[in-house]
Amino acid sequence: MLSIRNLHAGIEGKEILNGINLEIKAGEVHAIMGPNGSGKSTLASVLAGRQVYEVSRGSIDFLGKDLLELSAEDRAREGLFLAFQYPVEIPGLTTTNFIKTAVNETRKYRGEDPLDAVAFLKLMREKMALVNIDQSLLSRSLNEGFSGGEKKRNEIFQMAMLQPKLAILDETDSGLDIDAIRVVASGVNKLRNKENAVLLVTHYQRLLDYITPDFVHVLYNGRIVRSGPKELALELEERGYDFIKHENGLAAEV
Amino acid sequence: MNEMQSTIEKTVLSDYKYGFITAIEADEAPMGLNENTVRFISAKKNEPEWMLEWRLKAYRHWLGMVEPKWPNVSYPPINYQDIIYYSAPKQKISLGSLDEIDPELRKTFDKLGISLDEQKRLSGVGVAVDAVIDSVSIATTFKDQLATLGIIFCSMSEAIQKHPELVKKWLGSVVPATDNYFSALNSAVFSDGSFCYIPKGVRSPMELSTYFRINAENTGQFERTLIVAEEGSYVSYLEGCTAPMRDENQLHAAVVELVALDKAEIKYSTVQNWYPGDKDGKGGIYNFVTKRGICLGDYAKISWTQVETGSAITWKYPSVILKGDHSVGEFYSVAVTNHHQQADTGTKMMHVGKNTKSRIVSKGISAGVSNNSYRGLVHVNRKAINARNYSQCDSLLLGDRCGAHTFPYIEVKNNSAIVEHEATTSKIGEDQIFYCNQRGIDAETAVALIINGFAREVMNQLPMEFAVEARKLLAISLEGSVG
Repeated sequence: MLSIRNLHAGIEGKEILNGINLEIKAGEVHAIMGPNGSGKSTLASVLAGRQVYEVSRGSIDFLGKDLLELSAEDRAREGLFLAFQYPVEIPGLTTTNFIKTAVNETRKYRGEDPLDAVAFLKLMREKMALVNIDQSLLSRSLNEGFSGGEKKRNEIFQMAMLQPKLAILDETDSGLDIDAIRVVASGVNKLRNKENAVLLVTHYQRLLDYITPDFVHVLYNGRIVRSGPKELALELEERGYDFIKHENGLAAEV
Repeated sequence: MNEMQSTIEKTVLSDYKYGFITAIEADEAPMGLNENTVRFISAKKNEPEWMLEWRLKAYRHWLGMVEPKWPNVSYPPINYQDIIYYSAPKQKISLGSLDEIDPELRKTFDKLGISLDEQKRLSGVGVAVDAVIDSVSIATTFKDQLATLGIIFCSMSEAIQKHPELVKKWLGSVVPATDNYFSALNSAVFSDGSFCYIPKGVRSPMELSTYFRINAENTGQFERTLIVAEEGSYVSYLEGCTAPMRDENQLHAAVVELVALDKAEIKYSTVQNWYPGDKDGKGGIYNFVTKRGICLGDYAKISWTQVETGSAITWKYPSVILKGDHSVGEFYSVAVTNHHQQADTGTKMMHVGKNTKSRIVSKGISAGVSNNSYRGLVHVNRKAINARNYSQCDSLLLGDRCGAHTFPYIEVKNNSAIVEHEATTSKIGEDQIFYCNQRGIDAETAVALIINGFAREVMNQLPMEFAVEARKLLAISLEGSVG
């Protein structure tokens, strides 16, 4: 589904990603872990097409298309979803209106008719139940005055509405208590199937207690320095990131 | 950041859709202004002597006045002798019924989306239209139907002929000819406009509206609107306006007066879309307008809602004099400026009666190299016990070459008053646009969503029939402006 080859990217001339290679297939859940500043969020942003990041080398293939050639909105319409670490507030715009626009713009791109009010409401009700989100939250201005947990739940609700092929969750667990993490994780688990894939970007192992990854990758200094099964996350939890830093210290200097 | 700016610029650049010119012969006054011009206009309209005297008095007063310099706008001096003060499309037959309108004019209004066809009334909710082109009203729909309820809705010219007592009583009672430079000019040379009279206890069953169109070259439009709502009556009135794209600036100096008696309510909505000039600031309408209402009776209410997207320069302050006890004044405004547009707009709430309330919600949106100022006065009279005002002024900036300014003036002469003022300034953030992009929404649509969200509180005040159009208009006037 997603194939990243030798990806180099940075911001304002400073290179942050130093040759990333990653292969994600349909039905898989991958976790990217790493200490602060290792490039985790940069990777998520580059995949989603944030313009401030410049890609200097490498390629990304997404469902047979050259991802780097697509605009941010077209990547989304092709089925790439990013759950933001810091969801953005838009005063006066209701979440309902926002997500309706998003759903119908995506449908238009795919050559489908827009959903009428009845069909949209039906879809919304179904997905609301799935991620356990309240109607009253959706009638409020997008993310305005939402608690941290409400914001993240809203992200997962949008993911449910848009039914992406690949969902990237950028530090979705940050700032959440255990109960909130559980709610969010259960939403994500319900949305998993053989057709889609999930890329979890996280600093801590605890989210992985609730969403079990098939693969764990450790990102350090802009490269994936280790990959392994879910047990790798536990090892990291136990030993901290220091041993990774130590093992890779010299390599990073070169 | 530069990329974002260019996207903003792109979104803001859009073509003005109403810029076409109707080729029709016109009956015009000679260019320039003197006493003879005033006499010419009055004679054209076959006015009674008192009306001519009223105009001449205003004209003589105007001669001794100077143009106001305090607005936060700049423009080269206007030569008042270079303007044609009266221009009427020549029509083949005199207007007996709606069927006799010149097809060219009917086509013009069709093109603008204004139906002069009473049959086209939608599912019970109609909008009665007075269509004004340059200096004259060419048609007023649903007049007969409204007349059965005692509602008078006609052009100002007709009102002067048929209802002189009402006109004499109220014209200039809210905005005296001597009020300011442009109101004096308007009083001298006004050519048409709408007159509405709602009798005691009557609720107007439909929206009344006037559509103003400037067509002729080198002309100024000086219209006059007067709405009188008798005790316990209600009317919702809409006003829309457009003009062709021309390289020279054209002057539009209107006066609107509203009178609400005991327990009467007037809701006045404007969607102003005069030609704003091109992206380099060439051409466009100078919109110098005086709008004022008076809550003359107790428990009266006047509510102004305006969506201002057009004009090269806008200078207007729809105001309310809260004379009656317990009267209410409201002002809801969205003003959009783009390219080189300049707006200095706001309101005055004059609290005179006891227990009066006013509410001001102003949303300014600036893009390009435009300048957008809110100027508002809340005045609480010495005798105005328990006056209450709430003002909120929010500015949204697109890009970093435009300006937003707020000039709130508060004068409180009674200790029992509660006056609140809140102001915010924000920018459309790159992160907001990216968030929308990531959900499959392109930058232009994202800007439209953000703008409409920002203006929602005001847009919600518009009558349904207008709200949809106004939302589109907001998006269009800022098309191409974000990234």
